[in-house]
Amino acid sequence: MHCGMCLPTCPTYDLTKLEQHSPRGRIALMRAIADDHLELGPAFGEEMSYCLGCLACETACPAGVDYAHLFEVARADVEKSGVMDNPVRSSIRTALLKILFTHPRLLRLVGRMLWLYQATGAQWLFRRLGLTRLLPAKLRKLEPITPVVLPKFSHQLIRPVEKPADGTRYRVGLLTGCVQDLVFADINRDTADVLLANGCEVVTPPVQPCCGSIHGHNGEHAVAQEMARRMIDLFDPFAFDAIITNAAGCGSHLKHYGRLLADDRDYAVRAREWDRKLKDVNEWLVETGFRVPVSEAAESQKVTYHEACHLCHGQKITRQPREILQAIPGVELTELPESDWCCGSAGVYNITQPETAAILQERKVGKIASTGAAVVATCNPGCHLQLVNGMRQAGLDIRVTQPVTLLARAYRAQSPRG
Amino acid sequence: MIVTANPSGSESFFPQQLRGCVPGLEVHDSPEQRAAYAYDGTAALRAEPAAVVFPIDTAQVSGVLKFATARRIPVVTRGSGTGLSGGSVPVDGCLVLCLTKMNRIIEVDAENLTLLAEAGAVTADVAAAAAGVGLFYPPDPGSMKISTIGGNVAENSGGLRGLKYGVTRDYVMGLEVVLPDGEVMWTGNKCVKDVAGYTLRDLFIGSEGTLGIITKVLLKLIPPPAARKTMLAVYDNMENAARTVSAIIKAKIIPCTLEFLDKVTINCVEDHAGIGLPREAEALLLIESDGHPAAVEEEAAAMLAIAKANGAGEVKIAATAEEAASLAAARRTAFSALARVGPTTILEDATVPRNRLPEMVRCIQETARRHHLKIGTFGHMGDGNLHPTFLTNEKNKEEMHRVELAMKEIFARAIELGGTITGEHGVGLAKKDFLPAAVGELNVGVMRSIKAAFDPQGILNPGKIFDPLP
Repeated sequence: MHCGMCLPTCPTYDLTKLEQHSPRGRIALMRAIADDHLELGPAFGEEMSYCLGCLACETACPAGVDYAHLFEVARADVEKSGVMDNPVRSSIRTALLKILFTHPRLLRLVGRMLWLYQATGAQWLFRRLGLTRLLPAKLRKLEPITPVVLPKFSHQLIRPVEKPADGTRYRVGLLTGCVQDLVFADINRDTADVLLANGCEVVTPPVQPCCGSIHGHNGEHAVAQEMARRMIDLFDPFAFDAIITNAAGCGSHLKHYGRLLADDRDYAVRAREWDRKLKDVNEWLVETGFRVPVSEAAESQKVTYHEACHLCHGQKITRQPREILQAIPGVELTELPESDWCCGSAGVYNITQPETAAILQERKVGKIASTGAAVVATCNPGCHLQLVNGMRQAGLDIRVTQPVTLLARAYRAQSPRG
Repeated sequence: MIVTANPSGSESFFPQQLRGCVPGLEVHDSPEQRAAYAYDGTAALRAEPAAVVFPIDTAQVSGVLKFATARRIPVVTRGSGTGLSGGSVPVDGCLVLCLTKMNRIIEVDAENLTLLAEAGAVTADVAAAAAGVGLFYPPDPGSMKISTIGGNVAENSGGLRGLKYGVTRDYVMGLEVVLPDGEVMWTGNKCVKDVAGYTLRDLFIGSEGTLGIITKVLLKLIPPPAARKTMLAVYDNMENAARTVSAIIKAKIIPCTLEFLDKVTINCVEDHAGIGLPREAEALLLIESDGHPAAVEEEAAAMLAIAKANGAGEVKIAATAEEAASLAAARRTAFSALARVGPTTILEDATVPRNRLPEMVRCIQETARRHHLKIGTFGHMGDGNLHPTFLTNEKNKEEMHRVELAMKEIFARAIELGGTITGEHGVGLAKKDFLPAAVGELNVGVMRSIKAAFDPQGILNPGKIFDPLP
């Protein structure tokens, strides 16, 4: 099927109007390679990197084409073929994908160093002295968007097992993520609080591996499988009512461990169970009927909602975060025009394709500003950072937060605990 | 511009020369870019062009054609590539002229009720621009969110409102066309009446890129209807739905939409859109009436009664505009949604006079049964325009053979019933074998003469509609 219904939903096609930059075009290239009409070359590799992987095409596709899977396979083929290899790229990929993001303790150590650099004023001094000039051009552009690392990581904020005060209804595992753990550990705390407030015993192992989403999306299939196995070893899916994630990009990948490990005799059964139990926090709260907070003193605030691609397109979760926001006292939810159009963050896209990412970021910030909202909520750390940077660059005083944080605050406002 | 002939006769380096000949022209000729323009929306057709060019104005189109004519390079024009008859599938080694970057809406003239757009403007954007000044552009092909207005004119596309408002042809007032030798011609204007000479404009409408390159389109707009009412009639048998359509027409009621979906289609659409269509129904009619509020009420009541009298079980009336819009949107995705059933989806476009619909529907069902094929049927039943859609697998040669046999039988029956082989998708590559039977040899001969008059070298979309000239 190549009807083209996906074309108008694709941000890269929208920018260039070139077929090869559309989902239909990319699939045609994959097929041309499979049918020996085309050789897998660097141009194909670049095309696959140019795709945001936002999956808007999947939502639009009446025929139900599984673009996410085709895309992951294509990216893995590109890596296997070696057409994109050069020493710098290979060493960066090895350092990031195979070393940093497979060793959670090392990642935290790097995070700790980054925090020190930021907290001691070294970053300020570095910038102030204009030393950023010394960086290579690509890094120089990235330096200002370095996320601010929090002083405490998830394991310092959340105990391995926490029980709800008013009796346990469910037992859930909480995934703390990798970037989320360093930059938004407070949101992990908020998530735990919200789960506790809704009768969940929360199990949060202090050291957790990366879920493998970054590997899956970047063509490192075998590493992604290994990360999935480690995750399943850590959280036995049969021991929980649900395993909760609060990062849309991870969630979208985490829900497919079944497919990832389908041929793994030791893990296939647990992986299928894992898929069944894996829930985005918004999805879980609405499914189990979350407690609506009551607060008489809540200040009215205009909030808009930006949909993380991997939540709305990847997981088809659109209604639940809005329901949560609307239930919070004082929140006046204003719809965001093009709420499901990618903000340009797209995993590491804003690092690998900064120009396209910036265009999308600017477009998104403009739409958010047009709503007149004081706060924008989203459900993914990547989008969250992209929006924070976008607001800062545009000089806008619009706060970025997540629905679960607003809900946690509302619960806290009504009871002194937490 | 004078260009020297390619001395080696090799195609491989003409893209480079083209860059030099047409200043500023975007020329793409990498293997990836050529592979990405090897197809359109039609199943199982593929051929690679030597290069793809993206002109940004008429002068560049003219330059490209002068270049192509001098070298006898075939030119296949396309927009978004949503065509369903292979009309914009390249011929090997041709030049694909892609007009998606000529997409400006140049003028909306609210005094004369016209709109002027470049050919690459997306149809939905054209409709939105008209709505922006309180006017209405009625043609709404299923793919309107992505198809281009130039492509709609070249294929004379229909849509869901064709019954009352007609097809693209009924809204084209004028065209800017580049002829094969690069001359730029205007045909038509803003006058409601104009009988000066032959209506050449009409020749280009539905010409499928074989006579000239449409670069600008002047469209007629109309006032929008004041009210609208949408209903969904549910049937437990397909022929009752067809009978309802005949009865509505016979009662001298022309609603704006009278769309049909069979059970297979209903379920595929529901899998995608999830709007609550009744999955158990054998057939559905989506009926929309629009116009003066009182007339709409009266018309809707009459159609409701007719539907009931002809065996409709339930008739649901859309409570809100959003509900009505989601029904129409779901119907728009029918063709693509059918792709959920089999790897290859081949859409046909059989059209019959409306009083012969029950016979045509029966023929499609019987043909499917006889050849053991899966055929989903939907379509613009109010126009007599049905889309029997083969749900098959192109890799299964034996099944594909049965598909061909069934297709022939369906077309033969449509022609026998006074119908035609295509109501709105065009002949292109997919249906050219059936053209003589549908229109007669004499008609085909006249068409060839017209082609020869406009394009004596036969460089424009060769091999489409009928075979290329010798």
